[in-house]
Amino acid sequence: MSQVELIDITKSYDKQKDVLNGINLSIEEGEFFVLVGPSGSGKSTLLRMIAGLEEISGGFLKINDQTVNHLPPKERNLSMVFQNYALYPHLTVEQNILFGLKARKVEKREQQIRLMEAAEMLGLTELLKRKPRELSGGQRQRVALGRSVVSHAPLCLMDEPLSNLDAKLRANMRVQIRRLQKQLGLTMIYVTHDQVEAMTMGDRIMVLNEGKIQQVGKPITLYNEPENLFVASFIGSPKMNLGNAAFFADGNHLIIENQLHISIDPDVIMGVPKDRNLKVGIRAEHLFPGESKKDHIHHLEAVNVEQLGNETLIAFEVGSELWTAKWPGQWTIEFGQKVPVQILPQYLLFFDVETGQLIQSADIGKLREVVTI
Amino acid sequence: MRMANSALEANETFMYQVERVKKKNRKLSFIKGMLFLLPSLILFSVFLFYPMLKTIYLSFFLTDAKGATTVFVGWDNYKEIFTDSVFLKGMKNTFLFVFYTVPLTVIISLFLTVIANEKLKGIGVFRTIFSSTMGVSVAAASVFWLYLFNPTMGLLNKFLELLGAESIGWLTDPDWALFAVSVTTIWMNIGFTFLILLGGLQSIDSSLYESADIEGSSYFYKLRRITIPMLSPTLFFVITVSIINAFQTFGQIDILTQGGPANETNLIVYSIYREAFVNYQFGSASAQAIVLFIFILLMTALQFKLGERRVHYQ
Repeated sequence: MSQVELIDITKSYDKQKDVLNGINLSIEEGEFFVLVGPSGSGKSTLLRMIAGLEEISGGFLKINDQTVNHLPPKERNLSMVFQNYALYPHLTVEQNILFGLKARKVEKREQQIRLMEAAEMLGLTELLKRKPRELSGGQRQRVALGRSVVSHAPLCLMDEPLSNLDAKLRANMRVQIRRLQKQLGLTMIYVTHDQVEAMTMGDRIMVLNEGKIQQVGKPITLYNEPENLFVASFIGSPKMNLGNAAFFADGNHLIIENQLHISIDPDVIMGVPKDRNLKVGIRAEHLFPGESKKDHIHHLEAVNVEQLGNETLIAFEVGSELWTAKWPGQWTIEFGQKVPVQILPQYLLFFDVETGQLIQSADIGKLREVVTI
Repeated sequence: MRMANSALEANETFMYQVERVKKKNRKLSFIKGMLFLLPSLILFSVFLFYPMLKTIYLSFFLTDAKGATTVFVGWDNYKEIFTDSVFLKGMKNTFLFVFYTVPLTVIISLFLTVIANEKLKGIGVFRTIFSSTMGVSVAAASVFWLYLFNPTMGLLNKFLELLGAESIGWLTDPDWALFAVSVTTIWMNIGFTFLILLGGLQSIDSSLYESADIEGSSYFYKLRRITIPMLSPTLFFVITVSIINAFQTFGQIDILTQGGPANETNLIVYSIYREAFVNYQFGSASAQAIVLFIFILLMTALQFKLGERRVHYQ
């Protein structure tokens, strides 16, 4: 059963251009659903519309099969965690957590039971008597989560909850939030601009750009088969290498950025039109080291090298684009050095230049990437 | 050995030079700092510190009509004013006046602020109206109320007439005069108080209210648990400033009642003015001024002591 359903939702301010347009979506019960997009894409607005903090300009919003467009936030039976945590600075941690229960006049004993349960779960037992200003960023974050836990609402909304934390804490909280959600069986709608967060946390992801849905799907699907150029370049780090390309008249040779000539077996590119300009993309980990290999070797000039310890990122100049390769292990490469790189046509993704839509995704990628145990 | 010695010596002279440059820099930055402070130091000295010291000095003397000191009397001026019935009455009136005006001003302004903070069409018009009395000078406002209070042609008495009630001598009846002056003062102070409170209200993070909405809080629950506590630093400021202002009220008294009837509205600052520039008793006027200064100082200190505990700073 789908818990949240959005039917042709639109949002516009003062009857001007739409901020959100034609959003159709259904979110299943118990699902961790991530809304991701660059700033200004409308993802927070969409979340606030689900919460009831913003009016819905058009379309229907259903929660548990009931249209809730007209209901105020408190009657939608959901909880929300804000980016700045929205803690009350004059109240203690305990009072902050119980704020909503007191407002709803929940029985005193029940309040204490829920408080203890949440405090234990989030490791806040020691901090209950403190004020928010006496807490670290991570602790405040946990108090905000506690407020959402005690409400016992089946649907939880989060608006960039980790963006105020440092990198190490963020990785830690990602795991905690994910565990909490599974443990309590919550339906989660989570907004972020960070594609790493989206990839690592979401059961499903929706990529939003300029108020339009770009793609909805599992993280791996978005990574392997991005439906358009926006998703291709937005999901994945480092981002997908893209370049303009065209076929030679014979249809067996591809020329990328007027520099790379790649011979292609016609079987690999059955569905790709040969008579027009294309965009091709290839993931950084699919630009293989070319030493001791024979076919499809290209010598590219290295313009930057980043040592990460377990792997090395090498930037190459390809026409007007900068391509990045991710090689496992440690490589010593000089700036300006010509490096042999293997580019296999099976790994190429083809996009339409005008519409940006995917024509064909990488053949091999689909087969090999996901290992199921 | 000798080389090491000379190296040490060279090092020492170097350290000495560094020390000297440091000292010079410190001196230079001190002079620069003083230059920045100089304008305000001069202004404060001429218009604040000097008159204050002069007042303390004068309070120990008897003076002639020009204000020149004649006889040193020590603490006599102070002893005298505490037996002076006019001064004591002024003191009592002042406290009554504070008691009438401050709580009402703050409560009315708070009410207006909460209303004016709603997101409604044309709310800007109301905000402008509510804060407009801030732009009206004391003199203009007093004259305006003088007409309202006029016993025969004033609007207030016309109103009472319509209702069939007896007309009231607002500014001439001893039972009503202080009340009338208080009403005028409340009306004048609402603009300032409203503006400060509105500023405080708007600096409360809207996500606190949104979060409370989602958790199911009612309007009054939010007002009691969020608005009032979050506004407490602003309320504290407004109350402190209002009390100090009430203690120093002069303009409206001078225009509306001149302290009358029967000294009923003779507030302490007005009494000081009368003592100095009507009775030409600069010595005892100075003593009264010093007493007032100490009173305000004590009141404010007391307020900080008591209020601080109830105020939630971020």
